[in-house]
Amino acid sequence: MPKFVLDGKEIEFEQGQTIIQAAKKSGITIPHFCWHESLSISGNCRVCLVEIEKMPKLAIACSTLAAEGMVVYSESDKALSARNAVMEFELINHPLDCPICDEAGECKLQDYAYSHGSGESRFNEEKIHKDKRVPLGPLVMFDGDRCISCSRCIRFCDEIAKDPQLTFIKRGDRITIVTYPGKELDNPYSMNVTDICPVGALTSRDFRFKARVWELSSTKSICNGCSRGCNINLEVRNNQVLRLTPRQNEDVNSFWMCDHGRVNTYKFINAEDRVDSPYLRRGGTLTRSGWDEAFAAASSELKSYSKNEIAFIGSSFATCEDNFLLSKFATQIIGTKHMDFMPHFDSGFGDNFLRKGDTAPNSLGAKTVGIFPGKGGLDLEGIIKSVKDGQIKAVFLMEDNLIALRPELKEIFSKLDLFIVHSSNFNETTEIADIVFPASTYAEKHGTIVNFEGRVQRLRPAVATFDVDRALEGMSLSRWDKFGTKFDSWAEGNKRDARSSWRILAGLSGAMGHKYRYGTAEEVFMDIAKSISAFNGLDYEVIGELGAKLKLDSVSKPAIA
Amino acid sequence: MALKRRKKDLTFLEKIYIPEIAKGLALTFKNMLKPKFTMQYPEEKFIPPPSYRGRPVLVMENNGVERCVACGLCSRVCPPLAIEVQAAETEREKERYPIKFEINMLRCIFCGLCEEVCPEEAIVMSKDYELAFTNRGDALYGKDKLLTPVNQLQDRIDFLRNYK
Ligand code: SF4
Ligand code: SF4
Ligand code: SF4
Ligand code: SF4
Repeated sequence: MPKFVLDGKEIEFEQGQTIIQAAKKSGITIPHFCWHESLSISGNCRVCLVEIEKMPKLAIACSTLAAEGMVVYSESDKALSARNAVMEFELINHPLDCPICDEAGECKLQDYAYSHGSGESRFNEEKIHKDKRVPLGPLVMFDGDRCISCSRCIRFCDEIAKDPQLTFIKRGDRITIVTYPGKELDNPYSMNVTDICPVGALTSRDFRFKARVWELSSTKSICNGCSRGCNINLEVRNNQVLRLTPRQNEDVNSFWMCDHGRVNTYKFINAEDRVDSPYLRRGGTLTRSGWDEAFAAASSELKSYSKNEIAFIGSSFATCEDNFLLSKFATQIIGTKHMDFMPHFDSGFGDNFLRKGDTAPNSLGAKTVGIFPGKGGLDLEGIIKSVKDGQIKAVFLMEDNLIALRPELKEIFSKLDLFIVHSSNFNETTEIADIVFPASTYAEKHGTIVNFEGRVQRLRPAVATFDVDRALEGMSLSRWDKFGTKFDSWAEGNKRDARSSWRILAGLSGAMGHKYRYGTAEEVFMDIAKSISAFNGLDYEVIGELGAKLKLDSVSKPAIA
Repeated sequence: MALKRRKKDLTFLEKIYIPEIAKGLALTFKNMLKPKFTMQYPEEKFIPPPSYRGRPVLVMENNGVERCVACGLCSRVCPPLAIEVQAAETEREKERYPIKFEINMLRCIFCGLCEEVCPEEAIVMSKDYELAFTNRGDALYGKDKLLTPVNQLQDRIDFLRNYK
């Protein structure tokens, strides 16, 4: 491999790589605003100026190709003074907005002003003012004063979202960003520009002013908006999810996520209508009960039906662990063959970038760990028909709002003698349920889900419940979580008495006289890895932060992939 | 057991004590005529100088609006985590304001760092030192108790401009 020298260190590069790319691969970041790994090179911000031996002038590292034997200095006096000068130039018209700017704390301009700025301005004239608070689209707000004209947002729309919506107008120090006439910034990926904008010129209208970024704890998780399974960070304060941000994974979503995933998949976690303890229907209304009481009731009810009168519906929203235990519970303890899960397919949602038509995150996982009808057993449509006929008298449904998706089922399922439901929120389905168990959401548990191409990825708890304690579970802690006491209104927030579905099932099987000896989700997964060939050789360590591929040739491809 | 001898035996005058009593009384009478420092609190109140750090308060402009823009820096710097700020959007030119601002006076240690860090000169140490509560809830000072008209705080603000 050819090599060049950067600040006295030998750096290997591939033919065609620029200095900044090669440096980044070896772990050295040369300061930059406009350059972005996944976008074309623009070279307009000039912060990445470096000194190169035998070159008459400084060159920008983002567009200068690395060459064999090149000697580059990014920290020499000449390079540093150029960088300081560029910073001074960037700050001439930049407002002192940090106290009211949402980007503060994760702003490149702030960071470089701190590391390269002189600390005071030599500019005595009036700063140029541009439009502030301009809604560019339904989800993105623009502040013209703060824009440093790096063009990242324009390049993102052109090159990644493939929907040119933004452009520069005017020139020199009056340059600013607008949408094309008659257009809005409303492509399905528009909010990614708020992540890549190096300053606070583009901010999320969904997250605006909700919190300062340094108050949030961040947990590596997976979006549950569709079967792509984009890697995300769950950002939480006071036990409330306040925003989701994409997390880089070149095999799944690169740096991006879609707006649907970003704004529509976390609000139910914080909602007021969460199921906060087990509920039993008494005299027609759902009433709170304790766990042991609910387990005893469910167990004695289930025992009063023959195995062919009971059907199980798993969930493409629940984890592999949850579905695995449901399948075990159905086949080993109840002994029924009637088992399936509900597909969630929206042909209007999929596109040829990230979004997939299968809008549930774990259809493939549910199927792979055993949620399918046994030999001669009923599938979903068969179950529905038999409920209608009265042959199936009891249904056990895990984490799916069946009735919302298919309202016509309300009448049919109301006829059931026993309808047990695991649900995180009260909804159309819990309305007709006889026993409701409070299920943890994807943000409150450990577990794994399998995306459309068979990549198994990990969920981690970011929101504490009675079941997962923030400190004991090793969850990420903000400073508020760490030092709060029970007397502080900002610590721990609203904690609910919810449990992971696999733990509910383990408790229920205990009440039915059959003990599953799982202490943690990881132990359930170890059992999956042992007993299901596609998962052989995997464990939580191997899956890690970026996921691992299942050996899927041993699994039949699901019909809805 | 041998008697321990004093370094120096008392003289006769010292032994009769009378001159010493007279000396003591002289000091007493001298001070009776000097100006007094003791105050009859709470009938009389101590008004501290501008350098005094009483409880932190929020500066309210003459139009009744707080200066604070809810940047959260005071909350971040506060060593005992006494300050909770929740921002929200307003139509005013400075688009951000604190919809909730709470100082837990049981946590506050009167260090004055909040005042020092504030970019808007919006939180300052007042002269109020009368803080007593009978339950934890009363110690949470919200915006209603914190907002103080700017003219009542002017001497502290002038002091800060001179010495900060
Ligand atoms: S709005 Fe942000 S991303 Fe777009 S040009 Fe301005 S600074 Fe760059
Ligand atoms: S593409 Fe799918 S997984 Fe990715 S962010 Fe959107 S909804 Fe979530
Ligand atoms: S004076 Fe010190 S302890 Fe009290 S609120 Fe301000 S920063 Fe916190
Ligand atoms: S530092 Fe000043 S402006 Fe910022 S939140 Fe505190 S009081 Fe308000």
